[in-house]
Amino acid sequence: MAIMQKKTEQKIAFTFFRSLSLVVVAILFWILGFIIYNGAGVIDWEFLTTAPSDGMTGGGIFPAIAGTLYLILGSSMVAFPLGILSAVYTSEYAGNGYIIRFIRIMTNNLSGIPSIIFGLFGMALFVNTLEFGDSIIAGSFTLGLLTLPLVIRTTEEALRAIPDTFRIGSLALGATQLQTIRRITMPMAFPNIITGLILSIGRVSGETAPILFTVAAYFLPKLPQSIFDQVMALPYHLYVIATSGTDLEATRPIAYGTALVLIIIVLLMNLLASFLRKKFRKL
Amino acid sequence: MLETKEIHFYYGAFHALKNISMTMDDHTVTAFIGPSGCGKSTFLRLFNRMNDLIPDTHLTGQCLIEGQDIYQKTVDVTTLRKKVGMVFQKPNPFPKSIFENVAYGLRVDGIKDKNFIRQRVEESLKGAALWEEVKDQLKKPAFELSGGQQQRLCIARALAIEPSVILMDEPASALDPISTSKIEDLIHSLKEKYTIVIVTHNMQQAARVSNKTGFFMLGELIEFNDTKKIFLSPEKEATQNYITGRFG
Repeated sequence: MAIMQKKTEQKIAFTFFRSLSLVVVAILFWILGFIIYNGAGVIDWEFLTTAPSDGMTGGGIFPAIAGTLYLILGSSMVAFPLGILSAVYTSEYAGNGYIIRFIRIMTNNLSGIPSIIFGLFGMALFVNTLEFGDSIIAGSFTLGLLTLPLVIRTTEEALRAIPDTFRIGSLALGATQLQTIRRITMPMAFPNIITGLILSIGRVSGETAPILFTVAAYFLPKLPQSIFDQVMALPYHLYVIATSGTDLEATRPIAYGTALVLIIIVLLMNLLASFLRKKFRKL
Repeated sequence: MLETKEIHFYYGAFHALKNISMTMDDHTVTAFIGPSGCGKSTFLRLFNRMNDLIPDTHLTGQCLIEGQDIYQKTVDVTTLRKKVGMVFQKPNPFPKSIFENVAYGLRVDGIKDKNFIRQRVEESLKGAALWEEVKDQLKKPAFELSGGQQQRLCIARALAIEPSVILMDEPASALDPISTSKIEDLIHSLKEKYTIVIVTHNMQQAARVSNKTGFFMLGELIEFNDTKKIFLSPEKEATQNYITGRFG
């Protein structure tokens, strides 16, 4: 019967879709499991709190963790204000003219540029032209520019999700547009904006190419004294000990441990994002 | 007194209001009726310049409040909107507490005096016949109120900044009959202090609440007269057809 046939078709289709999505999850768990299996053994308090020693074959990764945190902080200070304010402008003030559509397309293109290009651009502009040298500030600006499109887009989307009735209600009470943004629109969009910000932090902490020529140090056991110092960073450290250490076999467990720490940081960021979103939604 | 002289209004090339001249006296309720798309809401929004927010619109003619043309370049729109309050079709309280919703207009006006704000919030909620229902829960989120209560909260919010005119764009069309009759009672009592202009699809409502009624069709003001006259012995055939339900 035709009706039964439909059902069978549906069943086959859904089974197929379901198995595909399970494959995706399986791959993810495979990677995670592999890294946890190989890396969990080396992680202990000493690993997290000491500098590498014995030509990278011993000790911990503390300077790289600290460096990554500095870079997260620094790039946030660049990307958040710039990104949020330009998103407020493009979605609340600018209307939908040719110029704004051009800006929007360009912002999207910016997010498609390979990160190594950002790295080279950062080196040319911040390191050389502005003479920051290889430094936290040069790396922060480079990473900040890299995440800017993401920050702008999530902020724009968060603002656009707010129904116009709230803006109109506020304007009808004699509020200015700026007051409406500050008191109504921004607070309402905040949960989604903060999610975007944290996800962008996750991206920053994993990027290697942009910091390669702008800030990352091969080996620097002491912490930076100022924003004009270099730092180690987790992704670059991972690259170093996986490819150009003095004794690759001996550094392998450390590489897995470093990878695991990096993944945990990104994972924590994502968890924090969804936690904060839920928390602010309730208000 | 609200007055318009030869108003024409365009959405792009669409001629939405055609040569409308009318006068509305202080402390009266004027109702606008007419089929959907006839321009009555567009006309209402002229008086607090909410049409300014819609891109690619164009206006000719004069729109006067107490003799002053509100479309002159020297007019500050935010000041105008504090004088001309508006209540919308769907209740649109802010995601704030009941108290903060009513206090909003005062806060954006830069008023800091806490006692003054508290007093004004109470007066406004009383004016909107909501005080008795919410006086013990002013800190509760406004979203937890019923639809009818939310709409009265929006009226209280408009009253708090002491406008002289209140525009209502189908204020009861999203509400149940009991809430609707509360809003109508409220309109009766607000007439004492305010000039009220209301757009409605509900002809009984226009007949119940208003002193004067204007009938709009296809962007034209077909007939404008005392409400009784409009409903009992309209002069134009189109009005007669509309109020007897032959189209619309």
